[in-house]
Formats: sequence, C-alpha cells, structure tokens
Amino acid sequence: MNAPLRRVGVVVIVLFGLLFANLNWIQAYKADEYRTSDYNGRVQVAKYDRKRGNIEAGGTALAVSKETDGELKYLRTYPGGEKYAHVLGYEPVNGSATGLERAENDFLAGTSDQLIVNRLRDMVTGDTTAGGNVLLTLSKRAQDTAYDELRGNNVGANKGAAIAIDPATGAVQALVSIPSFDPNPLASHDTDDATAAYNRLEQEAGRPLRNRAIGEVLPPGSTFKIVVAAAALENGITKETNIPAGSSYTPPTSSEPIGNAAPSICPESQVTLMSAVTESCNTGFAKLGGQLGPDVLKEKARQFGFEQEDLTVGRLGEGGLSVAASRTGSMENPDGSPDPAALAQSSIGQRDVRMTPLQGAMIAAAVANGGSQMRPYVVRQLLAPDRTTVYDTANPRELRRPVSGQVAADLRDMMVSVVENGTGRNSRINGYTVGGKTGTAQSAPDRPDHGWFIGFVLDSEGKPISAVCVVLEEAGSGGSAEAARIAGQIMRAAIAEPGGR
Amino acid sequence: MTAAATPASSPATTGERPGVRMARSRRNAELSLLLLAMALVAAYGAMVEANVLDTVTPGFWVPAATLTAVFLGMHLVIRFLAPFADPALLPAVALLNGLGVGFLRRLDLANAAPEERADLAIFAGIGGRQLAWTLISVMLAAGLLALMRDHRSISRYAYTLGLAGIVLVMLPAVLPASISEINGAKLWVRIGSFSIQPGEFAKLALLVFFAYYLVRKREVLSLASHRFLGIDFPRGRDLGPVLVVWVISLLVLVFEKDLGTSLLYFGMFVATVYIATERVSWLLIGLVLFFGGAYLAYVLGEAVGGPFANFYLRAQIWLDPFAQPYDDGYQLVQGLLALGSGGLFGAGPGGGQPLLLPEVRNDFIFAGIGEEIGLFGLSALLVIYLLIVERGLRAALAVRDSFGKLLAGGLAFTLALQVFVIVGGISKLIPLTGQTTPFLSAGGSSLMANWLLIAVLLRVSDAGRRPVDGAGGKVTRPSGPPEQLHGAPTEVIKP
Repeated sequence: MNAPLRRVGVVVIVLFGLLFANLNWIQAYKADEYRTSDYNGRVQVAKYDRKRGNIEAGGTALAVSKETDGELKYLRTYPGGEKYAHVLGYEPVNGSATGLERAENDFLAGTSDQLIVNRLRDMVTGDTTAGGNVLLTLSKRAQDTAYDELRGNNVGANKGAAIAIDPATGAVQALVSIPSFDPNPLASHDTDDATAAYNRLEQEAGRPLRNRAIGEVLPPGSTFKIVVAAAALENGITKETNIPAGSSYTPPTSSEPIGNAAPSICPESQVTLMSAVTESCNTGFAKLGGQLGPDVLKEKARQFGFEQEDLTVGRLGEGGLSVAASRTGSMENPDGSPDPAALAQSSIGQRDVRMTPLQGAMIAAAVANGGSQMRPYVVRQLLAPDRTTVYDTANPRELRRPVSGQVAADLRDMMVSVVENGTGRNSRINGYTVGGKTGTAQSAPDRPDHGWFIGFVLDSEGKPISAVCVVLEEAGSGGSAEAARIAGQIMRAAIAEPGGR
Repeated sequence: MTAAATPASSPATTGERPGVRMARSRRNAELSLLLLAMALVAAYGAMVEANVLDTVTPGFWVPAATLTAVFLGMHLVIRFLAPFADPALLPAVALLNGLGVGFLRRLDLANAAPEERADLAIFAGIGGRQLAWTLISVMLAAGLLALMRDHRSISRYAYTLGLAGIVLVMLPAVLPASISEINGAKLWVRIGSFSIQPGEFAKLALLVFFAYYLVRKREVLSLASHRFLGIDFPRGRDLGPVLVVWVISLLVLVFEKDLGTSLLYFGMFVATVYIATERVSWLLIGLVLFFGGAYLAYVLGEAVGGPFANFYLRAQIWLDPFAQPYDDGYQLVQGLLALGSGGLFGAGPGGGQPLLLPEVRNDFIFAGIGEEIGLFGLSALLVIYLLIVERGLRAALAVRDSFGKLLAGGLAFTLALQVFVIVGGISKLIPLTGQTTPFLSAGGSSLMANWLLIAVLLRVSDAGRRPVDGAGGKVTRPSGPPEQLHGAPTEVIKP
C-alpha cells in the first residue's frame, strides 16, 4: 500500500500547489484591483481613519474634520456653509469630491508626497499622520459681502456670481455663486441621507451645485467693449479720437438695426472713444468693430484670456478648480470673409461671445495692474499637519500682458470715467479711484437681460486693491446698475479687510 | 518553517537491523518546537494589541501562556503514552490552534467598545470560548491516546462507528431546518444556543469503518474483470458499496445543500479505496461519478430547481461573484476583497478590517487572517497544513499493518481535502461551501474532531516509529497481509 500512499502525497502537494497559485493570483496579481474596488469598504474606512486637514481663510476654519464614535472616525463639516460651498466643494463618503476638497485632496488627506517626512516620522512615533491644512486667499469680509449682497440684490435675480481678485497678485478675494448649497448634508456618514441631499440639489431648477463664477459662460454685453477699445487704442485711435456713432446702425447684409440703450446715448454722428465707453455707445462700438475686423478683435480677446481652455484656480502651478473657456465665437461667413452683422453684434458682446465672470474680473485686473494680468489663485499656503512647517506659499506670477502700460492707462481713464460720469456711478467709493464697465446682455429673445459689471478700485497712490466682476443672470431692467452697486460693496469690503490696504 | 528544524526520521522499514538503529523518540525536539510555536503565538498576540489598542497590555501573554500550559500537558501525555510519535505534529497543530485563538481574540477586541478593549477577560468572547474548547479538545485527544493504546483496537468497533457515522451524516438532513439550517446549509444540530456539527465527527467514524471494511475486502476489490484503455476495471458486483457511498454523498449534497461535505466524504472514500486496492480505475470511477453527479445537479438545478437550486446558485456565484456583489455574491466578494487588500505582506496582525467580512469567525477566517498576514503569511499557514498532512502520510508509510496505513492515510488526506475545499472555496478556486478551517475556525465540534484526528495520527505514528524490539515490550508484527484482522472480524460487533 505504500506506492498509492506516496501518490496520495503527491496529489496533496498538487492540491496545495493549486491553492498557493490561486492565492498568488488574488493577493498579488489582482490585489490592486480588489484593494481599490468600489465594493471594498476598507477604502472609505481608511480615508476616514486619519484626521483630514482644515481649509481656512484669514484664520477662520471653513472645513474641519470632527471626531466621531462611528466606524468612520472623522466627520467632515463645513462651518463656512453655503457662503464658501463653491470654492471648497465637499467630500462625500461615496462618490467623488468637488472643489478644493478634490483639487487639494492629497495634501488634505495627508497622502501627498510633500508630507512624506511627516509620515516617516509618525511611522517611528506610532501616530497617525493627520492631513495638511490649506490656507486660502479669500477675504472673509469680501466673501461675506459678495454672498449677502448677491442674495439680497434688489432686482430679484436668483442666479448670479461675483468674483474679486487682487490685480497685483491674482489672489482671489471673493468667489461666490448663487444659488448656493449647504455642503454639510452631502458629507454625512449616512450615505442614504447624503445621496438624498445630492439628488435634491441636482433637481433644483437653479442648479445650485454649479459654480457660476468660473464654470458658466454668458454673453458679456457691453463689458466686452473694453476689449474692443483696447484693440482700437493699439490701432491708431486715441481716447480723444472721434469715432462714428449715431442713434441706430444697420450693418451691411443685415436687416437688424443696432440701437442704443436710450435715445440720449450718442445720437451724434461722431463721439470720442472716451465718451463712447462712458455712455456705452452701441452704434459707435458696432462700427468700430467693423472697422477693426474679426482677426484684430479675436486676437485682442485671446490676449486678455479668451479661448484659454486649461486655466485653473487653486494652488499656483498645479491643479485647482477648472475654469470654463471664454469664447469670442465666429464673426466670419462660411467662406472666411468677415460677416459685418456678426462682427457688429460681437463688438458689443452679443452674438456668440461668451465670458465667465472670472474672465471679466481678469480684464479689469489687467487694466488696473498696468497691463499685466496675474495668474489667479485661491490657495495661499499649504501648512503641515502640526501647523509649523509651511510647504508651499503662493508666489504670484504674471499670466500674460494683454496691453501695454500706455494702453492700460488709457483704458483705466475711460473706465474711471464710466464710474464718475457714466453708467457705473453706483460703484463709486469716496477717497478711492474706482473704474468699471457695465454690461447688459440679451440672453434669449423672451428672457430678461443679464446685468454685468466689471471694475477695479485703486488707492490714492494709484495702486490697485481689487478687481471685481458681478453678474446677475436674467436680472432684467436695472441689472447692470445693481451689479455695479454690489461690486462697489465688495470693493469696500476688500479695502476694509485688514492687510487689504 | 518548522520543517527545517525537524530532521527526517527514518521509519523502521524492512532492511533495518535491530540493535544498530538507535531508536529516538525526539520528544525534546517536539518540546522545543512547541515552545517556539507558542512564542510565535505570544508575539502574534502582542502585535494584535499594538495595532488594535495602540499599546501592549501587561497581560498580553496570558492567552498564549494558557495555551502553552495546555499543549505542554499534551506533550507530557505523548511523552508517556506515545513516546515515539511524530514530533512535528503537535507543534504544528498547536501553532495553528494558537493563531486561531489569537485571531478570534482579535475579533473580540474589534467588537468590544473602545474603553473596554484594554481589559478584555481571557475567557471572554469567542476567543475565550475557543480557548476553552481548545482545553476540552486537547483533553479529549489525550483521553483517546490513553484509551487507545494500539490503533488496531478501534477496528473492533468499526461497524458500530460506521453506523454511527451514517446516522451523524444524515441527522441534520432529516431534522427540520429550524434546528439544522444555518446560512443555507443543513449541517447543524442546534439545541438552544448550543450547536454542534455532527458531520465533523462523522468523518472520523466513517473513516474507521472504511479502513476496516477495505482491508477486509481489498483482495475482492482488486480483482479485475475488464481491461479497457490499459486500465483494469473492477467487477460490476463489487461496485455496490462504492455506489452506496456515492448515493449517500449526493443525498448529502442535495438535502444538506452542501457541496463541500459531499466532496469531502466522497473524496475520502475514493482515496481510501485507491490506497487499499492500488487500482487507478477506482480513482477514475470516483472522479467520473463525482463530477458527473455535480454536473447533473447543476443542470437539474438550472432546469427544475427544487433541491438542486442551491447548488446551481453556488455554481453561478462561483462563476461570477461580482455579478451580484451585494446579494448572493456578497460573502465571496468580501472574502476576495479582504485577501486582495492584504496583498503580499498584509496589513499586520490587528491592522485589517475583518469585521467587514461576513462569517469571518467560521468559513472566512482564512480570508480574515489573510488580510492581516498577507500572501507570505498565508503561504506559511498552507505549509504548516501541508506539513501535518505529509507527516500523517509518513506515519501511514511507516506503520506496518494495513488497517493503520489506511486509517492514517485516509485521515491525513481528509484533512488535506478539507483545507482544500474551504481555502479553495473562499479564494474562488472552487465553488464556495461551508466548511470549517481545521484548527482555526471558531467552534467546538470542528476543533474536537480535528484534535481526535491528530490523536489517531499520533498513535499510528508512534506505532510506526517504535523500534521493532520496542521498549514497550509489545510484539509488533512485520508489515504484510493483515492476518490479525482476517482472524476476528464480525463477531465483535457491539452496539
């Protein structure tokens, strides 16, 4: 019987060899797939095992992780609530995060390569590495003002956005989109509650989850005239040059006449460029655009940041919230020749021209900053979990130079004139130089107009403090004046912010 | 790991000259291996506490020390009652048993409220209960060694045990589901909060019967009548008992809804028939019958459902567990995810999330441990199982009587098959069926039955390695035809 016993021994070795081979398949080859599987509860438990870092602005914590008794050890809460929801985003238990929670996830979660020293040290001491902290450039005053004023706007708009940036650095001072949402229920550990809250928000007509300040493009209306004026100044026209105007203009090959917002605006056959901007003279700019041609206009818009598809606002250098590309659209016929009607309408920011509120603020900022457009950012500093080591401090840098210093100075004078003498009077601030441009954009034939304002504020020495863009969607009559008023309030808040000059 | 420390002992076979060979009991090797195993168990306990509690309590060594005392007692029993028994068996089994207790205690720590974790009593929770079961099981094994001074003596009760085995196998099947069914498999007898798995004991009883019956019938079963494709096939009328066992195992499959147990009994039987007759044809017949039966059950399950539906469902889960990851496939999916999360090195003892696994204390304990000790740790565990099995087979090779050879060979193979069925099941090598993982799973039935199995292996290996002019003054027969069994078979049947 010894021969079969030996063969049974071989069979046993073969059976165990199969087990061993199969374990290799599962624990080595398929390990990564199983480890990160959607069905693997360890993924979430591990994520909540260490304290996620804070997101803070001006010494106020806007997102903090609180210890719980549950299986998931930390609950993400947002003391900043609705005001900061679009900047911060939220970190749900299931599904993917949004906003800075997503963009700065590695650092907040403590898995970033930058925190390797902390992790190694904690491996020795046996502590669990907490996540790093992210400090924002946002000004609490400016953000609060922007949110409260937008929500309480007196033209009854329930959708809109406001953004303020420091023209000299590109630091975002305020970024608000309404309607907003409370991110706290979305981060609930009760995933059924979180899903229900998400579905409710998703179905709301105002699309509160959308970040309109950087994610939505709208026709910019007359605010686009700054771009056209910049192109004109570079093509032999000065601010005192008379340009053709009139109460109505029908471009060649078009049957739709372009008129002005009121009969009192530039009925003369000729006005200076300065007063065309100040009064927001549509006929003058429609004719001016036709004179400059589509290539010049498009190139100038591109130099201000239109058509850029990869801009992000977050940490300087990498990642962040992605910004929708602003577009000038087509101004040509299918055969490539200029389409006078399209050109005329595009020159006053209609037709296919589309702009994000951020782009509007960046135009104003470039003008205020002597022609230098800084790259916008919202993450000021990355701070180690122990709050002693600083890992990354934003080092502001120029994104592009849309106009020369001289052209910028001319544009600044014209925009100041708009606030002093023209359509932007609501944004005036005593003791400071405020410049801006209003815009009223037709959205659709049967819908109310959007009201825009882009502007800036300079201190008594001419140094820029803030550049602001406010848009009130479908605000109707008085929308741009209200936008100018709100922009003025945001600029006041930016001035009042300690360290904000 | 223990294999390297154990020099191969040459079993007394023909050609050895008595007097020249030094009979060595190797009990001291057993003692030192046992202490090494217990040191590992203590280290495991310390690592678990370090990971779960963030500190090692002053009393971390108490469970390991209790186990050491129990196993040292067993060592002394072996030293006196089976001095020539294989020295690797006890340390290997003690290591598995100790790690099992350690892992179950780790589950208790995870289940306990954080503030109660540090002072978890030694006999508290499932870990403590397993510790108590270990004590009882080792005492039973020692008792069996004391009562059964010669393994051939149990052949006297072969028919009784055979009958008892069949009754134990069929008992859960005929009892109402409220008493016998847990998690879809009717394998249990529940009395109040207390439940036993009679099948665990049935396999031992049946194996004694198989060994006895086959030793008597081996000449008849070896007779060949047909030669087909170069293989001798047995006579048709000799197929009777094989078919009976086949039918019983398929009935188990259908009525107890358990492929694993069915595969275990049938594999056990086919292996012993093969060892007894040395005829490959029996292996082929067995394999064809089993796989044919399983395939038939699958087809019937798909077509008519009824009693076959459970088997069909299990096969479907096996083919694609991720098709219904939260319903039918949940257990297997979570087992695979735990194993995969462990990866090569594992999360460390106490570092995993075993509570995410359903049935982690029973069927899925291997996956739960695997998450924490990784592929390398599980490979080591498999090697320890393999060591026990191969040591059992070595005892079968060394012992001189046919009954002992069949008994030890059959038991060793049964242990191997059980490990294969459950580990293969949770790792998706074969369809998952509810089997306990020997010496690791929580539960008294399994632990007692497997310790009794080890006691029999110890007894047989003692007989095999005992010098021919043995110290016990016992007359040991040379290997050959089992005359003694031929002499006194049927008249000793007592109920």
